[in-house]
Amino acid sequence: MAPSFIFKMAWRDSRTSRMRLLLFSLSITAGVAALVAIGSFRQSLSQSIDDQARTLVGADLIIESTRPFTTTEEGFLGSIGGAQAREVRLSTMAVFLGRGTRLVHLRALSGDFPFYGKMETEPAEAVQDLRQGGRAVADETLLFQFGAAAGGNVSLGGRDFEIAGALRKVPGDASASASFAPRVYIALQDLPLDLLRPGSVAHYRAYVKFREGTDVAQKIAALTPQIRRLGLEFETVDKRKKDLGALVENLYRFLNLVGFISLLLGAVGIASAIQAHLQQKVRTGAILRCLGTSTNGIAFIYFIQASAISLAGALFGGLVGIGLQRIFPSILRTFLPLTIPNVIAWWPILTGVLIGCGICLLFAVPPLLRFRRVSPLLMLRSADARVETQSFARDPLLFAAYALIVASTTAFAIYRSETWLQGLVFAVALGVAVAIFAGVARLLIVSLRRWFPLSWSFALRQGLANLYRPNNRTLLLIVSLGLGTFLLLTIHLTRDVVMTQFQSIGRNNQPNIFLFDIQSDQKDAVAALVGSLGFPVVQKAPIVTMRLSEIKGRKSSDILADPQRKIPEWELEREYRSTYREQIVETEKVTAGKWIGRVDYHSGDVVPISLDREIAKDLGVNVGDELVFDVQGIPIRTRIASLRSVDWKRFQTNFFVVFPAGVLEAAPTFHVLVSRAKTPADSARLQNAIVSKFPNVSALDLAAVIQTVDSILSKVALVIRVMSLFTVAAGLIVVASAIWSGRYQRVEESVLLRTLGASRRQIWQILGAEYFLLGFLASLTGTGLAVAASWALATFVFKLSYAPTLLPLLIATASATTVTVLIGLLTSRGVSSQPPLEVLRAEMG
Amino acid sequence: MNASAILDVQRLTKSYRTNSGELTVLKDISFVLGPGATCSILGPSGSGKTTLLGLCAGLDLPTSGHVCLNGIALDEIGEDDRARVRNQLVGFVFQSFQLIPTLTALENVTVPMELRGDRTARQQGLELLERVGLAERVSHLPTQLSGGEQQRVALARAFINKPLVLFADEPTGNLDAETSRSVIDIMLELNSDSGTTLVLVTHDPEVACLTEKTIRLRNGEMVQDGA
Repeated sequence: MAPSFIFKMAWRDSRTSRMRLLLFSLSITAGVAALVAIGSFRQSLSQSIDDQARTLVGADLIIESTRPFTTTEEGFLGSIGGAQAREVRLSTMAVFLGRGTRLVHLRALSGDFPFYGKMETEPAEAVQDLRQGGRAVADETLLFQFGAAAGGNVSLGGRDFEIAGALRKVPGDASASASFAPRVYIALQDLPLDLLRPGSVAHYRAYVKFREGTDVAQKIAALTPQIRRLGLEFETVDKRKKDLGALVENLYRFLNLVGFISLLLGAVGIASAIQAHLQQKVRTGAILRCLGTSTNGIAFIYFIQASAISLAGALFGGLVGIGLQRIFPSILRTFLPLTIPNVIAWWPILTGVLIGCGICLLFAVPPLLRFRRVSPLLMLRSADARVETQSFARDPLLFAAYALIVASTTAFAIYRSETWLQGLVFAVALGVAVAIFAGVARLLIVSLRRWFPLSWSFALRQGLANLYRPNNRTLLLIVSLGLGTFLLLTIHLTRDVVMTQFQSIGRNNQPNIFLFDIQSDQKDAVAALVGSLGFPVVQKAPIVTMRLSEIKGRKSSDILADPQRKIPEWELEREYRSTYREQIVETEKVTAGKWIGRVDYHSGDVVPISLDREIAKDLGVNVGDELVFDVQGIPIRTRIASLRSVDWKRFQTNFFVVFPAGVLEAAPTFHVLVSRAKTPADSARLQNAIVSKFPNVSALDLAAVIQTVDSILSKVALVIRVMSLFTVAAGLIVVASAIWSGRYQRVEESVLLRTLGASRRQIWQILGAEYFLLGFLASLTGTGLAVAASWALATFVFKLSYAPTLLPLLIATASATTVTVLIGLLTSRGVSSQPPLEVLRAEMG
Repeated sequence: MNASAILDVQRLTKSYRTNSGELTVLKDISFVLGPGATCSILGPSGSGKTTLLGLCAGLDLPTSGHVCLNGIALDEIGEDDRARVRNQLVGFVFQSFQLIPTLTALENVTVPMELRGDRTARQQGLELLERVGLAERVSHLPTQLSGGEQQRVALARAFINKPLVLFADEPTGNLDAETSRSVIDIMLELNSDSGTTLVLVTHDPEVACLTEKTIRLRNGEMVQDGA
């Protein structure tokens, strides 16, 4: 058989169905657009990280300590040379007189930091004003909150500062980092000493810019051992790049998997459309077989059409993706300390289009393989021509095609996941979700056949019967509609559960205000003041900061350097804020070992401590194992005496590590006090009173935490929702194209019914009933699955109690049903309005 | 096997498995046709005429017995080889015309030649369409042609490959008497000009009278083989 004939035939045969084929091709547009947009965004982001690397840190090297630099450390810093700047960072309360107070992140700066990039303020000269002293620059959101502006005043640590301007951007900071505690910059020489009492949690930073021509990597490599020996922390451009790169990669992987669902849905849509298309081409296939076309030749003709559809859809998706790639930077702007350029990244576009095209072709193979079996004998029979379903046993190629689809889908999921297990879980979960939807569709078909409501009106019976008649689209529509509803609703419900939990924390007389950074000599006075104002002292705790320096005889630095380690980096590097007390508190329970409340400690003794069981699991330790903590320069050897389960959801002082009384009393300590204010006005009254008498004490209001969590969750939910919208868009296009592909059959039936005397109204009733039932069942199943998924997420991931609200469920079900009926009726437009003969001639070609 | 035969049918039987047991639709049919012969298969509905035609043309395989087309045993070759045999040796005309709805009249006619990559297809197609009186309708789609015109396009398609055998399944079944006559005339004319063997399935005794040989079927059995 001549190859040219196959191409010619594929082109000629598409003559009367090109518009329909183009509509089918739109099924994968959303999926490819998602992949291209995400891929392009990732490439732009990676490019930005490379281009703006030095502004990520603002210096070549940052050296940090949790205590003032010692003389030796100062000597070392002096020996590094280059340009240097110093900064002290701590949390404190900002008081806007007459307007209120808020916890802020105070940064006292000296020198010319940032060395790379610039601090952006409004007005621009505010940076210079700040360095001259007596003035402060504060996050513009903070100024906005209190209606303050340049020229106004803010009190920090009991000292008044003139506001020089609003802070917009600092090199290396994402603006989201300011949402918990807004940043306020002052000059280092203005830092109120009251804020730096022993035990205060402050961070001392030295920013270094090496001399021109210095080999930065080599210099840092040479300095690293000395920095480590001095027990200092440090950050470099490379390290920040690596961290940010890992963050970008994780984000990319996650978004990519969500985008992949849209693509798969589109591929299923294409496969279904191809199947419907082939169903109309059975006679043509039989004629060609009769005239001598080989079995493979027949399949190739339609494979070429499928390729063209896939390519057209993928290319269009690529174009849409290019347009949409700007969405992600604008949504994620607040999380990223970078300016993302508007450039077209060709590689992600190419890969997105190729993956889209490839997946679609793969999904189109099974119907094409079945089409090979079209019998030329159909030419001699006038009965309804259809391609019979083949069993795998009769057609091993069909089995191989399905196996390849499963394998490549799983492989893609694994390739895009961080670990193969995650990829596998994703693929299996997706398979299970699809299987559930398919099962519901099958159940519907079987149930309708078995218990068909014969007493219903003619229109309703016809509409119902369309759901199980040959060439029905029930399965495809339920899968695509259901999956869209499921994804969107799961995101909404999960966010709802988390927020409800946060909002319920402060109810029922639970504590809702934290006072911290209380010095040992202030703790009784602060408690007395709280009591005198009529507020309860719910809990008090001393806090000692420390770092984990050894686990079971192995140094933390060695474990960190081990590429095989399983312990998360943050658990090795973090500053542990531990407490000491004799009694266990109500938010915790000993799960292993024995609680030891007090010891008679002598220097060098091994201290029996209690560890949170979750962190013990992460650290790979158990009762009896030894840990060494560096308590502000002094190593303290400990042995795990007990493990505790801690209810972290309670707004109280909870600790990973609890020491017995008798050990840490002499260490630099600050205290926290937990109280409850009934109203926001009470909370403000308490904070104002505390800050005016104890300027170094900070207050954290639960309402502020809830607000911050809500804003972060909203942003995260928005990102996921945008991705889900791709899936929903894919689902809607698939629904439209599936209805369109079954249109020829509906037209035939409608024409026949109208010829027999059915009114247009009855035709619309039949169609309406069919789409209503499809939409209702799909959305009901999607809603059910979303409730199950959000319950699983709440219970197993967030460990929260679960009680979904009914309203979103009703809205989701009603809107998905309405959308289905609307799309169905819109796509069927013209079926009942044209003369039967005209419709027949146009549609049957 | 008859060496000079174009179509050699020996002890042909076709049965189907049904829920109520085996159903035999053709029983022990044998006949031989030489080059240029004309033969009609006559019988009432359900007598097995179309099944016999399908087996002779290699569209289906017999349960037992053999069909040799130009010396090629159709039951001994694969599906794609039978397709090649159909393309090179056989022409078809069907009751319901069976034109590809998306192709023009000319494109429908040239399909068998284009399948082989023959570049003269267009010219030959135009000549044949002119011969069947459709020179003005070459670019029309099947839906734009009348039943008689569609059947003439099908005839032109059947003859474009200069087949050794033409199988016609009730070619006038969907046409009025006048159009039927003109289609049969064209078919016989093309047949005699090209020396093609003609196998014609019909239930019309008048049409059957126009062929040299008549095979009468009843309940799947040959009741008369008349010359």
